[in-house]
Amino acid sequence: MSKSIKINNKIVLVENNELEMTLLHYLREKRFLRGVKNGCEKGLCGSCTIALDNRGIRSCRMKVEKAIGKEIITVEGMEYPDGSLHPIQQAFIDAGAVQCGFCTPGMIMSSYVLLLKNPNPGREEIRKALQGNLCRCTGYQQIVDAVEIAASKIREEGLSPLAGCLQS
Amino acid sequence: MTSKKAFRNDGYAKVTGRAAYADDYSFSGTLHMVPVYTDFIAAKNIEIDSSKAEAVPGCVKVITAKDVPGSTCFGQIEHDYPMLITDTVRSWGDVAALVVGETREIALSAADLVEIHGEAVKPVLTIEEALNPYARVIPSYGDSNIVVHHKMRHGNPEDQFSQCELILEEDFETQMIEQAYMEPETAVCLPRHDGVIEIYGSMQHPFSTRRFTAKLLGEPLSNIEIYTIAVGGGFGGKDDTAAIVCARAALGARLLNRPVKMRYTREWSIRESYKRHPYKLHYKVGVSSEGRILAVETEMYADSGAYLSVTPWVTWRSTAQCFGPYTIDHVHADVYGVATNNIFTGAMRGFGSPQVNFASEQIIDMIAQRLNMHPLGVRRINMVKQGSTTVTGQVLDKHTVSMEEVMNSTVHEIGYRKKYEKCSHGSGDSEELYGIGLAISYRGASLGAEGMDFCSCIINGQFDGSLLLETGIHENGQGSESVMMLVLAEELGVNLKRIRYRRSSTSVIPDSGTTVATRGTIMGSSSVVAAAENFKKLLSTHLADRLKCNPEEITFHNDKIWGKTFDLSLSWEEAMKELFLQRVTPYAFGTFQAPDVSWDDTVGQGNAYFTYVYSCQSAEVSVNRKTGKISLLNVVASHDIGKAINEAMVFGQIYGGVTQGIGMALMEEVKKEEGRITSLNFDTYKIPRMTDLPEMKGIIVENHDPQSLTGAKGIGEPALELIAPAIANAVYNATGIRCKSMPLHIDPEELK
Repeated sequence: MSKSIKINNKIVLVENNELEMTLLHYLREKRFLRGVKNGCEKGLCGSCTIALDNRGIRSCRMKVEKAIGKEIITVEGMEYPDGSLHPIQQAFIDAGAVQCGFCTPGMIMSSYVLLLKNPNPGREEIRKALQGNLCRCTGYQQIVDAVEIAASKIREEGLSPLAGCLQS
Repeated sequence: MTSKKAFRNDGYAKVTGRAAYADDYSFSGTLHMVPVYTDFIAAKNIEIDSSKAEAVPGCVKVITAKDVPGSTCFGQIEHDYPMLITDTVRSWGDVAALVVGETREIALSAADLVEIHGEAVKPVLTIEEALNPYARVIPSYGDSNIVVHHKMRHGNPEDQFSQCELILEEDFETQMIEQAYMEPETAVCLPRHDGVIEIYGSMQHPFSTRRFTAKLLGEPLSNIEIYTIAVGGGFGGKDDTAAIVCARAALGARLLNRPVKMRYTREWSIRESYKRHPYKLHYKVGVSSEGRILAVETEMYADSGAYLSVTPWVTWRSTAQCFGPYTIDHVHADVYGVATNNIFTGAMRGFGSPQVNFASEQIIDMIAQRLNMHPLGVRRINMVKQGSTTVTGQVLDKHTVSMEEVMNSTVHEIGYRKKYEKCSHGSGDSEELYGIGLAISYRGASLGAEGMDFCSCIINGQFDGSLLLETGIHENGQGSESVMMLVLAEELGVNLKRIRYRRSSTSVIPDSGTTVATRGTIMGSSSVVAAAENFKKLLSTHLADRLKCNPEEITFHNDKIWGKTFDLSLSWEEAMKELFLQRVTPYAFGTFQAPDVSWDDTVGQGNAYFTYVYSCQSAEVSVNRKTGKISLLNVVASHDIGKAINEAMVFGQIYGGVTQGIGMALMEEVKKEEGRITSLNFDTYKIPRMTDLPEMKGIIVENHDPQSLTGAKGIGEPALELIAPAIANAVYNATGIRCKSMPLHIDPEELK
């Protein structure tokens, strides 16, 4: 039976020689999803965070084998098919939550996983949920702002919180 | 939400994962390079045997110093840093060889087989050991471990001390700090058919990178072209080391005539890259009974590590700004950079001021306590005012000296006066002790008398009315490109959508110096204004006939170009076409030269900087009586930055800078065992997380600076340089314990 992973709503067949790779290297080097960032390779910085079956996962700490049959969303899957931005992405820009941007994909994915579970998190809850994602530029405050803004936009406008690639 | 919507020209790319950083570039046929370290801290007679490594299938080459066509050594000031060592090891970060493989895995496994033999030498690891007259001399140049000594001789403090009501003599110590940018150093180098090596690297200074590379290759600067790509943070830390990573990959590309990628792991990055200088500071301060500071004598020692890098510039700033934003008539300072076998130290955001401020702003509170005065009162009496003379003899009369206004703004926002009265001072029944603290600073903007200070800008109008813009300032993540675009849109009165910031290359935009020293906005945006003036002049000359008026009557606004009476106007599409029809290139170049500064090195006096940023930060803390744990409750930070161009990004700089300062104050320290760094990743080198921080409040004070063409100064470094003493003062007011070293530590035993 062929082994596959659903990545950003597309089924991808996995070769046997890819099973031992870390998801980080697999997604970057084999699937060219370069928005998955490599900051420490020890699961310490959160730059490589992806959503795996709607849970936040450090892709540098998981082998491809463990993801077989599962569903992955990376930052590339967040935008809508027409290239317009998911409310979380837009909020990161508007709130000034982006500086160097290296932590941004991981931050966005951790925010996504949080908002799927909790559509109305308080600032403390946001801080707790994203504490595994390190950022050296922003002091985090505008990232917390961004998540708040995105959450309220999704609630108030009745939008689906799902990643853009899952919506048609 | 604290501010207006941010503008970022790279925002879309960065939130979608499209933004390409160095490691995201790959070219077909790319080889992979990894470094080989020795395990020595100091050693001589090094011999390298790479035969086993080169025998590994897929290992293409092991490069050592003997393969280098140019010079192995270079540096920003002294050419002492070995990009590859020859026979001597001076620190644990030294690189002996570069292994190039068809894949990274091959290169890594071959690197394990490179054998390095040598004779270990007892390393010199402390400033005290290095200053011993019998100590081994570490630098390759000169005959002393004192690599720089800056003096300041302002008045004569010795004569004053006898008249002082209070004399304080205090010692402080600061720790080694890692810049901890999220993206480790990476370079991809591509040999081009015309003989040029193209570099895509994670460096914050393309021109410095070009110099390092040209030196290693032994080739002219024009043979190397460095493109601006997305950079994952720098904070001063991506100059020398990031440049050297690029240079090494370029060497591989030149020798092997294939693209070469060198990607650093976090461990290599922390092992090899330069750090913030640890300081030892001694102060003797004499004060009158009214709290007037009459005299200061200070001696500081900065650990420069094994190589010089920019130690003379870092320590120069510590000299010029040796005792806060105060007018003091009698100051002598002696600031030394000292070589050791530790990892070398260089630029990090703050650059010689966070260390000094940690001491001086605590001393101010100590004076207040000893004289039973209010800490704000001592600051008010001594602080610089309009027309004041600084400790370097500079009269502050060319910009608004807003120290008091800025202090007041923080004091009012946080409610300092009332809260100061509620501090625990180590007493009370509560398990949590409460304290508030504050610090003020002024910071010379840009390079000052440290170096040549000018910046260039190019505006290139296109046939269809779109505009290409570039400057010599480099985008490291701070948002400099967005600032330049906003300034150009304002100057030309055009819609932002017309402007594209061009991805610069070192072969197009002239060398405009380093993007450091809080100079990006003040120098870069002023260069945009200069170029825009030239551009408008050119357009006016050639559009006057069409607009039926004199060139000087033409105005630029509402996305159009207008004649005298506004009944005639041209769209940018029409205007650009008109210039092309006249065979005139709508192209302008502009340079902004920093106003003059001066410095007499023999006495440390002069006009050190052409303008200053004024700052005041305050922090509230609680300290747990049982554990000694310090928790931050609140931070307020006010800064007079002249003018905010992209407000949300100014707040981002404030919060980010404060957070790095909080890391320095409460948790960060590069740990070493016998010269080997043991905190090599984020499990052992802890930086602040979201949950370590309180909600912060930033306040922008705007007194337009007449010496900046936009009125704007800058915010990068001021944001970081004074929160640590504010927190230390808060901790003192909570506990009654004065912390004179960082990270701050409270022993709960002392609270019983």
